[in-house]
Amino acid sequence: MKSYRYIGKSTPRKDALDIVTGRTKFIADLTVPNMLYGRILRSPHPHALIKSIDTAAAMRLPGVKAVLTHADVPDWRAGFPHHVGILDSKVRYVGAGVTLVAAETAEIAENALALIKVEYELLPAVYDPEEATQPNAPQLYDQFPGNVFPRDNLVFGPHTLNGVEMGDPEQGFAEADFIVEGTYAYENIPNPLPPESPAVIASWEGADNLTVWLGSQGPQVFKAAFQRRMGSINLVSYGSPVGASYGAKYASWQYALPAAALSKATGRPVKLVYDKAEHLAAFTLRLGSRIRGKVGMKKDGTVTAMAGDWLVSSGAYSECTQAMVAVGCGEAQLMLRCPNWSLKPQMVCTNRSASGQVRGFGGQELKCALIPILTLGMEQAGLDPVEFFKKHYIKPGDGFYWREGKWWVCTGMDYSQAIDRGAATFGWSEKWRGWLNSTAVSGAKRRGIGVGVHGNADAGEDVSEVYVRLEPNGAAMIHCGIAEHGTGQRSSLCKMAAEILQLPLDRVFVTPTDSLVNPIEIGPVGSRGTYAMGGAVIAAAEDAKRKLFELMAPKLKAPPEALETIDGMVYVQDKPETKLPWIKAMQFHGSVMGYGRFESDFSKPNFMMIFTEVEVDTETGKVELLKVVGATDVGQIIDPLSLTNQLNGCLGSAGIDSAIFEETVLDRQLGRIMNANMIDYKWRTFAELPEMEHAILESPFSTHQFQAIGMGEITPSPGPSAVLMAVSNAIGVRIHEYPLTPDKILTALGKTAPSERMGKQ
Amino acid sequence: MTSMPEKTTHSIITLTVNGDEHAFILGEGAHQVSPSHTLAHTLRETLGLTGTKISCDRGACGCCTVLMDGKAVLSCMLLTVECAGKQITTIEGLGDPATGAIDRLQQSFIDHTAFQCGFCTPGIIMSAKALLNQNPSPTREEVQAALAGNFCRCISHYHVLDAVLDAAQKGDPE
Repeated sequence: MKSYRYIGKSTPRKDALDIVTGRTKFIADLTVPNMLYGRILRSPHPHALIKSIDTAAAMRLPGVKAVLTHADVPDWRAGFPHHVGILDSKVRYVGAGVTLVAAETAEIAENALALIKVEYELLPAVYDPEEATQPNAPQLYDQFPGNVFPRDNLVFGPHTLNGVEMGDPEQGFAEADFIVEGTYAYENIPNPLPPESPAVIASWEGADNLTVWLGSQGPQVFKAAFQRRMGSINLVSYGSPVGASYGAKYASWQYALPAAALSKATGRPVKLVYDKAEHLAAFTLRLGSRIRGKVGMKKDGTVTAMAGDWLVSSGAYSECTQAMVAVGCGEAQLMLRCPNWSLKPQMVCTNRSASGQVRGFGGQELKCALIPILTLGMEQAGLDPVEFFKKHYIKPGDGFYWREGKWWVCTGMDYSQAIDRGAATFGWSEKWRGWLNSTAVSGAKRRGIGVGVHGNADAGEDVSEVYVRLEPNGAAMIHCGIAEHGTGQRSSLCKMAAEILQLPLDRVFVTPTDSLVNPIEIGPVGSRGTYAMGGAVIAAAEDAKRKLFELMAPKLKAPPEALETIDGMVYVQDKPETKLPWIKAMQFHGSVMGYGRFESDFSKPNFMMIFTEVEVDTETGKVELLKVVGATDVGQIIDPLSLTNQLNGCLGSAGIDSAIFEETVLDRQLGRIMNANMIDYKWRTFAELPEMEHAILESPFSTHQFQAIGMGEITPSPGPSAVLMAVSNAIGVRIHEYPLTPDKILTALGKTAPSERMGKQ
Repeated sequence: MTSMPEKTTHSIITLTVNGDEHAFILGEGAHQVSPSHTLAHTLRETLGLTGTKISCDRGACGCCTVLMDGKAVLSCMLLTVECAGKQITTIEGLGDPATGAIDRLQQSFIDHTAFQCGFCTPGIIMSAKALLNQNPSPTREEVQAALAGNFCRCISHYHVLDAVLDAAQKGDPE
């Protein structure tokens, strides 16, 4: 294995000192001169027409500068297709925006909300996606009859994947030794819940100049997507450190557009920070996912056909549901090599707060329902799920349709070794007792094990452009519009550039996440930081180095190819004493600019497998997660501690724990979310941590010169189905719904009568 | 709510933050401390000490943890008026102000990359600091118990435990 100066070594995060001293400035920590504070009056009704809004009393409150209704706001549209306005004359979920207020202080803005009088005409509401498609169901949008979003949305171009149709499913089922059928659902709509609530400052100046300071995983994407839709304005986007996102703060329009409208109306900067109740009850959640599916299998486990109806529940609007369905359908094929498919998604709107993107991006939601259906077949054939997944995960040479509808052939890696290493680390073969058999029993406590798998070809998605600027004092600046959202990717990009330029790490910087100085950047999504953004940084650093050597060659009287650089000095290979500092090439008033570009490559899927062991108390119904092992192959580790941080992250952000206790509980009488606070919304504490271990392989990967592939996005995604399997094995009974709260366990064990849970959407 | 009651008497409270004594006039004016202001609000909005973070603002997540007379408190659940006469330490007040050196706990968080997004980190460090003040050599379970009120959604818990235990081990026997 190649040895590097920084790559693969633990180095302090570049932003570490700021983080541990409290100097990191998140959006809520910023103030802009003359700034106002925004608040949003939200609907208490799940479905209603707004008959009138009386804003007079609120406007009279000293300090109030604007009160905007649906009649006052600009017609900027978001979602897929573009159907969501800032405010509307119809509300479709409890928490939908009704009125925007801007005032001199946050307290005045809050007080003004209570003075606004709204008259509603209530409409019947629908919460179950299947009910929503029935003929007499309440209709959310005139343009989406039957509450079904159009499948032919062109989010990824004219052939956007909207299902998996392949081979001849009928023939495939005919060839099967047996067929299993089942319905599984992952519909607890958990909230990824980053600690920092959504936050923005927007400043509209003159006719068409908008500046946003945006707490966003994709601050430049907001500019790219909206500046034309907002009337071809001049939009400057300043990103910031993000108090985590997990995908949820990628689109960012949900909070950026109201703030922009208030600023446009008042002519002053407006800061809008959601409170935690808004974050939990009115911000985007995971998709709901329900699959009625059928699998044809040979006795040896070979899958001959897979067919199913995938009911995707998106809540009150589609933030980008079609995109998530496209990627999810692609990912299904990575997990399951099968020649005959018919997976048909149907995307439905209902009267609850909307779903949007979260790490796992459609694939986690799909797998949580699809893998349990596959396990019905594994059980019938008596197959070990680890062996089944190893046999069926995509191998080099296999093909698949990706999100844009194009057929790709895998040029990546066979992950069988990682699977074997993970199984050995976990002790799988010693613990596996067959389907619906517990691993160990001690009194009322029963243990079980389970495994799940996931992978994504987006690790090489989309274009990235980067400049690397060399400075005469022996420093480098990476011009890249990436916001730090917790993965340490800004730091890791510095390590890549420092490695190529052989500079001390403290002499390499990334520009602020600022659209004035950086190319448009889609950002760190889909694990693309390492391969896609890293690829652009590497190319730009190499380009800069080449230009530096061209400038230096005459001065060192050697051809450029004979030059090397270390610590801001250029020297002649084999003659290290013949050297000059960078300044001699650039002069004190010059610099060198390198440019790098990465183009989409979907041929190299990444990989994650999660092994879990649980203990179920059959008297109380409590599920305890005892042990988690993550297995992957990353080609080459860039930063060991950042990688283990991401792998440990499999528990949180609506990941593994969404199988055990995390859920957004909807009251189906009132349409309200009942646990919109951080006491009632359950999250894992320091007091209850499972044993956590990882099997990380580094088999050189055919990506860029560091032979690495990213996988941070996907670490939680195999987890929930693994827990479902483990719990079913522990108690000897199959369970079909998440999360595995004590009531579901006791009902499955026949100890309590089944009850209609109000929480199910 | 159309007009605020005018206060004519000036009550003043003092509190010491990171060694500096601050006197505040109580009232509803722009530069005054309202009896309804939380300590978190006063630290962030009045004193500009934004290292103390607000996440839930309801006492559930621990992001706003500061030290009051050496003990960990939730600054979103305390009214500033309740803190009169108290010694408050925020994340900005750790370390040695004379030399600018950071606390060994902070250094240990850097060494272990004991954070991801970093939003909850100041609160976690302050909770850990309060623990080490009281118990310089905690067990892993004692650290887990002390930090049980601190939300971390990225799951940096494992690195945090390593960082706190490592800092405790390197601590000077006082």
